[in-house]
Amino acid sequence: MNSAVTTATLQKVNSRNLARRWVFLWLGLGLIGLFILSLLFGRYPETGFISWERLNQDELARLLVFNLRLPRLLTAMALGMSLSAGGMVFQMLFGNPLVEPGFLGVSQGAAFGAALCIVFLGGSAILIQGSAAAFALAGLGLSYLLARRIRYGGWVLRLVLSGIAVSALFSAGLGVLKYMADPLRQLPEITFWLLGGLSSITWAKLTSILPAVILGLVFLFLFRWRLNVLALNDETAFSMGAAPKRERLLLLTAAVLPTAAVISVAGMVGWVGLIMPHIARRLFGSDTRYTLPASMLLGGIFTIVCDDLSRTLLAGEIPLGILTSLLGATIFIILMVSRGMHEVRR
Amino acid sequence: MTSSLLSFHQVRFGYNRNTSPVLDGLDLSLKEGCITAILGPNGAGKTTLLYLALGWLKPWAGVIHLQGEPIESFSRRALGQQIALIPQSEHIPFEYTVLEYVLLGRAPYLPSLGMPSHADEELAYNVLEKVGIAHLYDHSVLGISGGERQLVLAARALAQEPRLLLLDEPTSHLDLSNKYRLVQILKDLQERGTTILMTTHEPDLALAMSDEAVLMEKGRVLISGPTAEVATGENLSRIYRVPVKIIPVEGKKQVAWM
Repeated sequence: MNSAVTTATLQKVNSRNLARRWVFLWLGLGLIGLFILSLLFGRYPETGFISWERLNQDELARLLVFNLRLPRLLTAMALGMSLSAGGMVFQMLFGNPLVEPGFLGVSQGAAFGAALCIVFLGGSAILIQGSAAAFALAGLGLSYLLARRIRYGGWVLRLVLSGIAVSALFSAGLGVLKYMADPLRQLPEITFWLLGGLSSITWAKLTSILPAVILGLVFLFLFRWRLNVLALNDETAFSMGAAPKRERLLLLTAAVLPTAAVISVAGMVGWVGLIMPHIARRLFGSDTRYTLPASMLLGGIFTIVCDDLSRTLLAGEIPLGILTSLLGATIFIILMVSRGMHEVRR
Repeated sequence: MTSSLLSFHQVRFGYNRNTSPVLDGLDLSLKEGCITAILGPNGAGKTTLLYLALGWLKPWAGVIHLQGEPIESFSRRALGQQIALIPQSEHIPFEYTVLEYVLLGRAPYLPSLGMPSHADEELAYNVLEKVGIAHLYDHSVLGISGGERQLVLAARALAQEPRLLLLDEPTSHLDLSNKYRLVQILKDLQERGTTILMTTHEPDLALAMSDEAVLMEKGRVLISGPTAEVATGENLSRIYRVPVKIIPVEGKKQVAWM
């Protein structure tokens, strides 16, 4: 009857999808450009860019760029991408725009694990990382097991409740550890770890987290459209041929693994996993086919910018967690107040 | 004789093992290509029956067959291609566009890591045209009226191209014109061979469009059969405990109460 209108509308839908691809291209190029610039940017010897000649002549500059800045930047990118992708998955699956990937006992578990190691096993970097990662996963496991035992409410409500309870237990435990810690040696170390930062990143640390990060992110990327279906309520997702419980557990695990890995080397870096999904949704609407990859790219960009600032703004390093919270919360407020970011959607 | 698409045999089901079951000794057979309406007072177990038919709830005892096979023997994906559900309402936490939301109905045809194709998009848009809300394709599902949202849920179920369509109180949010539209859509679907099972609180709706009716009370099927024989004033008065009369108006049966 009105096939001309149909064709025109479908063309419009297609051209918007095409426009979205362009935005992705620009975001991707932006991330790569930022990455290269950040590699050359820093305080060596004074704030600015290292020139090409200098990189060729100065052995120390080359070491600095390839052995310190490169692994650090890659970790910053992995950190931003993991937290943002994890945040998107959590917000969709819990139907709640205010959750972030550390929320099922993962962040508080990691903090407790790191502090436990600092107080009782000494401050060896590898031990702290291992202990933080182990307790992050223990936090997730506990939340999951507890959720299965709760006798009322839907699956999502039960996980939320048990996540809050497990996080509270770990954070109480962290309080005890802080109280027990030697105030001159151990307490500052715990505090510093909790503030988050990438100053101690080495190639070894990066390679230790890379398998979990890549595996998790690739899996989430491939699952990006299906995530929409699993965000529907149980019965509806089931009626569309999904196995909601099993598939959601799979997605949550794929979201938590990279998160636990990056937290274990970078400490508490807040607000990234909360804010980037919001910006992605402002740009692309709700379809996770677009918002999940957008969230990853934005997270990478945001964290690299924050880390650049953290290592160049002052002579001493500013903990990354402070900057991500400061910038993240500022962006959050601007987003909440303004309503003018829908160009690509409409 | 038409064959049975879905059948319940002595099904017992409850939500809590410590209390008495919601459905007990339930027998029911849906004829292929028919519209069947389930009538009954609140708490009779109508919605529970629907979710058992979906395969979402598992009976404590008894079996449910789809095309002669136990419903558990179907894979999740295969069942999603056979049976679709239009829920009474749905919590939607994020601002999908209408087209994106309807496109989700293609999920049972896509592999877990798949993306909907242009053909899927076209199909979803055609369903929107059929349902009469194509002009809303780019609107947010949260920004349209409750009745329009109900039609979006219907469109999503139609995008699933099911053989059996389940509807839970399909007209509860609809005004007269949308109600009329939905009835036309369902009749059109029936003509194309889709089997339809719906719960309803409106005997009028059952009389207007269903071939078969099922009267339920306290978890059991009281009477089932052709709508004209089942939805009589006497039977309706009995299950609702309210005096009900069926009055013919211009050749159509109308329900009068009070």
